[in-house]
Amino acid sequence: MTQDETTTTPPAEALSAGGAVVREATPADAVGGRVPRYVARPPDTAAAAELLATAHRLGLATVMRGNGTASDWGAPPSRVDLVLETTALRSVEHAAGDLVVQVGAGTPLADLQTRLAAAGQRLTLDPLVAGGTVGGAVATGLSGPRRLLHGPLRDLIIGMTTVRADGVTASSGGRVVKNVAGYDLGKLHTGALGTLGLTTSVTFRLHPLPEALRIVSAEAPDAETAQRWTHAVLGSGAVPAAVELDSHQAGPLTLSVLLEGAEGGIGARAQAVAELMDGAAVAEGPPARWSTLPGNPDDTLLKISTPLGQVARAAHLVHEAARQQNTTAAVSGSAGAGVLFAALPTAAGAAAVDAVARGLRTALDGGVTVARTAPALADAELDRWGDVPGLELMRAVKQRFDPDRLLAPGRFAGGI
Amino acid sequence: MPLPVTALIPRLREICGDDGVITDPNRRRTYESDGITYHAGTPGVVVLPTSTEQVAAVVRLCSESGVPFVPRGAGTGLSAGALPHSQGVLIVTSRMRRILEIDIANERAVVQPGVANLEVTRAAAPHGYYYAPDPSSQQVCSVGGNIAENSGGAHCLKYGFTVNHVTGLEVVTPQGETVRLGGKSADAPGYDLLGAFVGSEGTLGIATEITVRLLRAPQKVRTLLAAFESMDAGGAAVSAIISAGVLPAAVEMMDALSIEAAEAAVACDYPPGAGAVLIVELDGPAADVDAQFDHATQLCRDAGAFEIRTAADADERARIWKGRKSAFAAVGRISPAYIVQDGVVPRTALPEVLRRIAELSAESGIRVANVFHAGDGNLHPLVLFDDSAPEASEKAAEVSGKILDLCIEHGGSITGEHGVGVDKACQMPEMFSPADLETMDLFRSAFDPGGIANPEKLLPTPRLCGERPGVRKDVHPLVAEGTAEQF
Ligand SMILES: Cc1cc2nc3c(=O)[nH]c(=O)nc-3n(C[C@H](O)[C@H](O)[C@H](O)COP(=O)(O)OP(=O)(O)OC[C@H]3O[C@@H](n4cnc5c(N)ncnc54)[C@H](O)[C@@H]3O)c2cc1C
Ligand SMILES: Cc1cc2nc3c(=O)[nH]c(=O)nc-3n(C[C@H](O)[C@H](O)[C@H](O)COP(=O)(O)OP(=O)(O)OC[C@H]3O[C@@H](n4cnc5c(N)ncnc54)[C@H](O)[C@@H]3O)c2cc1C
Repeated sequence: MTQDETTTTPPAEALSAGGAVVREATPADAVGGRVPRYVARPPDTAAAAELLATAHRLGLATVMRGNGTASDWGAPPSRVDLVLETTALRSVEHAAGDLVVQVGAGTPLADLQTRLAAAGQRLTLDPLVAGGTVGGAVATGLSGPRRLLHGPLRDLIIGMTTVRADGVTASSGGRVVKNVAGYDLGKLHTGALGTLGLTTSVTFRLHPLPEALRIVSAEAPDAETAQRWTHAVLGSGAVPAAVELDSHQAGPLTLSVLLEGAEGGIGARAQAVAELMDGAAVAEGPPARWSTLPGNPDDTLLKISTPLGQVARAAHLVHEAARQQNTTAAVSGSAGAGVLFAALPTAAGAAAVDAVARGLRTALDGGVTVARTAPALADAELDRWGDVPGLELMRAVKQRFDPDRLLAPGRFAGGI
Repeated sequence: MPLPVTALIPRLREICGDDGVITDPNRRRTYESDGITYHAGTPGVVVLPTSTEQVAAVVRLCSESGVPFVPRGAGTGLSAGALPHSQGVLIVTSRMRRILEIDIANERAVVQPGVANLEVTRAAAPHGYYYAPDPSSQQVCSVGGNIAENSGGAHCLKYGFTVNHVTGLEVVTPQGETVRLGGKSADAPGYDLLGAFVGSEGTLGIATEITVRLLRAPQKVRTLLAAFESMDAGGAAVSAIISAGVLPAAVEMMDALSIEAAEAAVACDYPPGAGAVLIVELDGPAADVDAQFDHATQLCRDAGAFEIRTAADADERARIWKGRKSAFAAVGRISPAYIVQDGVVPRTALPEVLRRIAELSAESGIRVANVFHAGDGNLHPLVLFDDSAPEASEKAAEVSGKILDLCIEHGGSITGEHGVGVDKACQMPEMFSPADLETMDLFRSAFDPGGIANPEKLLPTPRLCGERPGVRKDVHPLVAEGTAEQF
């Protein structure tokens, strides 16, 4: 992409006019290897809106950044002039009696959870990747193990305020748990990797912290057994909060069932689940690697969504495909919700990653995306998204919200 | 210029067959309104397609000729979302009623849009599963209509709304393209268009096939009925239960007037002298349910319940629910006409808002019966009036409007489950800024650049709301211009 005249000399004063703190970027600010010109940190929504309006006028390609722990998700943007840092958009308004909280997008999730826990409540996402912000979690749209019972992240969002590419601030949803007034635009921004706008604040529904929890774990000798156990547990009426699968190498798979609820009944519930899985053990805390991504931070990461009946087989197929490409894989995720992550080591080249992803797409119903690549593959020829049904509608939405393609251009599906 | 809708009739007959096209004015008029009859109009033509291909062909024809279309399911909607367009095609899904698949291994059902909500649960029940969203209209309302309205039900407090239970849709877009969003698995790649389509009230296209989650039926269900002297005390019990972290499947409340009506209609035998009754239902693993049930019972006592009944079996549970379930119809028997409101307030604001509603009622002399989903703060005040008395409907509409104002003042919403449709389009600006609404319109136009999918619904327009969209008139504009009557 060529840069036109206006983008070669963006006046820093113009960017800071609305109150944002602006500085020259350094190589440490690079996004997908592209070093921006400026980093701007607006103090509030109004300043963020003015900043984006200015960037829009100047034709600056803008990428949002929370704490940057997931800035390698999605394809590298084709162009980055400005990094908009959200970390000053911090606020927490907790309506404890209503089990609702409104949070500034730059608020660290960990801080939020600490505040909520003091009132016996939680935002039902799972253990944090250290340092992540609320806005970053929403933009990556990732949900941890407890999504099985409480729903994915998007189901916990009841209202959202965003700033469009042209600097217009718009809200949807509200601050009550039940509300069907207007389109639920928060759904669009969840998982959009900042390509449709800047999220400045999010309102969530909360849940009470459970009195007690138990984890029932067992090792299944093969995929068929793991699948059978999963089906039995889900069909048992035990109402697990999570059913996680861990297959960090080919061979046996570990299934861990999380139960939450009243102290009085938790022992009996755990016992009932244990009886459905041979050799099960009951623990009072989560096992190692609970709610973490498989592999290492620099690994290439695939996200695999399948119908529930294919989950364990999907894990098995990943190992098979990896072996055929002379590499290895680690797989884990929610067997209960049908969403797995597979890590392929940094050494796996683009051809191997592509072959594994394509093979899985053919063998499974659902979606397989390359969510994150090893740094060396950032610019590799890779089909990251596979077939994306509805892509034309997605392009039409992007065209309406960001017609000049200024927000993280190229980061999303189909080159959006 | 759009073609006149009559010019489409020969092509529509080719697409849907002679028996799938209704042109006779009397037969067309049977589709003149949905559940709120004061918005009525005769559709230009009615089609009854039997397949996705037929729906797509009809919509493509509309798109090519610039003729508007309005989707319609069972017509039980309560916001005039399915109000026909006099120059448009009404596309009714009543002949698309097949359950395509009950897939227990994947915990999914795949259905056509015209299938009645309850049919899904009926088909799943032999396997020990059910479909969670349960609007009170579930015997008749269609799953397609539920998608369009993001319908809830008595049990959505715990289980969520339609959007939390849909994983896949086949949609015919307003340009006549057939698109699949999601499927049997979660998290389809790309933007969450599926999530945004749910609740779009027929303005983004027609859902022609729907994949929903099936849940395992709960191990145990327990239900209690608590009687209080006042609404204040009942409201306080609700707040106490919610903030104590008890998560019931349902918390429903009725006031004295609706209890009286239900008593007269179905002899529900609720505790005499109650100023409010609360129904609390808990479900889940047996041990959990028992512990939470005791806790909820205690909280009701602490809030001043003078009588608490617990259902020992399914029969007794049905008896407790009987009064609540009959309430709307029962109120119809004590008043010639009423308006059902659908506002939402934060749960902690319930006692205050209920008090203000009582004051409004006393000041205006208009009776208001309160029957509502208390657990999530979703009020359904029934504003009663005598439609034969002069200006009674205007006065009732005014009270009804003021109740919504109260909801907004308290940080709530103008609709919790009935949707915006035509009925509340002009109130949207009370909740959303012009920029919010413009952004919603941008989204709509991405799906429907031609503006033919259920036009004049959901978002305010100058034609509907006057030159300053959003200023709520005391009298509904359609009433004022004589297009519609309020009961
Ligand atoms: C399987 C899995 C489960 C996870 N579960 C959890 C969990 O339960 N709880 C949890 O806290 N974390 C969880 N995470 C981590 C989390 O999703 C992110 O890694 C982290 O929250 C990102 O925060 P950040 O501020 O570092 O984002 P960044 O790395 O700064 O940004 C990530 C992306 O979001 C965009 N972005 C950031 N902020 C905004 C904004 N305000 N508006 C628009 N776009 C924006 C960026 O442009 C970038 O594309 C999970 C991760 C995985 C893989
Ligand atoms: C007695 C009674 C009780 C009720 N109780 C509840 C309740 O507890 N909870 C609740 O949420 N609602 C309730 N409702 C409201 C109503 O039943 C719901 O909104 C229901 O979802 C409407 O379904 P329907 O098939 O009747 O849709 P219709 O009224 O035919 O249409 C409603 C809207 O959906 C659109 N539409 C219909 N089918 C499709 C499709 N296939 N694709 C796209 N758009 C479509 C229409 O254009 C219209 O905008 C109640 C109504 C009545 C009369």
